[in-house]
Amino acid sequence: MKQLELRYFARLRDALGLEGEHVNVPAEVHTVRDLIAWLRQRGGEWDAQFSGARPFRAAINQDLVPLDEPIPDDAEVALFPPVTGG
Amino acid sequence: MSQPQIHIRVGEADFDLATEYLAAQAVPGSGALVAFAGLVRDWHGGKAMRLEHYPGMTEKALARIADQACQRWSLNAVRIIHRVGTLQPGEQIVLVITASAHRLAAYDANAFIMDYLKTEAPFWKQEVSEQGAHWVDARASDDAARQRWEQTGDD
Repeated sequence: MKQLELRYFARLRDALGLEGEHVNVPAEVHTVRDLIAWLRQRGGEWDAQFSGARPFRAAINQDLVPLDEPIPDDAEVALFPPVTGG
Repeated sequence: MSQPQIHIRVGEADFDLATEYLAAQAVPGSGALVAFAGLVRDWHGGKAMRLEHYPGMTEKALARIADQACQRWSLNAVRIIHRVGTLQPGEQIVLVITASAHRLAAYDANAFIMDYLKTEAPFWKQEVSEQGAHWVDARASDDAARQRWEQTGDD
């Protein structure tokens, strides 16, 4: 098991109805891509939002990362739509 | 050469261009100073804009972008201010000031910082009108604007 602090922002947070959560994920969840697959198993909006139909980005410990990035234990992992500041 | 002076601020408060300009001007060694100010557009039916961000990561991302600009160009000062919260049409939203010995470095570094800010700093805009609130979608043209800095070599 691996402990993670998950955070959701903007459109994704609104759709999931959750700002963040503490989760224990199975040891086979190595990368952001694995985490997404694990979250999609919850079904409903979780499956819909991360199906790939709408783009999203990920950050580990507040750095933008590609989906293949390994997640260390106790990491803060944020999932959010592409940014629109400026 | 001394270290460039980098100043980053994220918050609800408005900014005063003259104050920020003077702070950048006070750093010695510059012959050129470029200031870019972004405003909330007012040609979409007077909608307010709500800006959300990811506290902590936002400051980290902006500091990294400023550092990258300083590695690429010889800069004396960089100031980045970005507002969050609810903003009305016409209000100031972002300010980027770059100061260098020469104008090309100041111009290019300023555009570089804005292009990276728009694609890597965790801000999200929501348009608010009487019909409700709606999240603004990211634009492919912003990604293209950033990619031009990856294609050109070192200047």
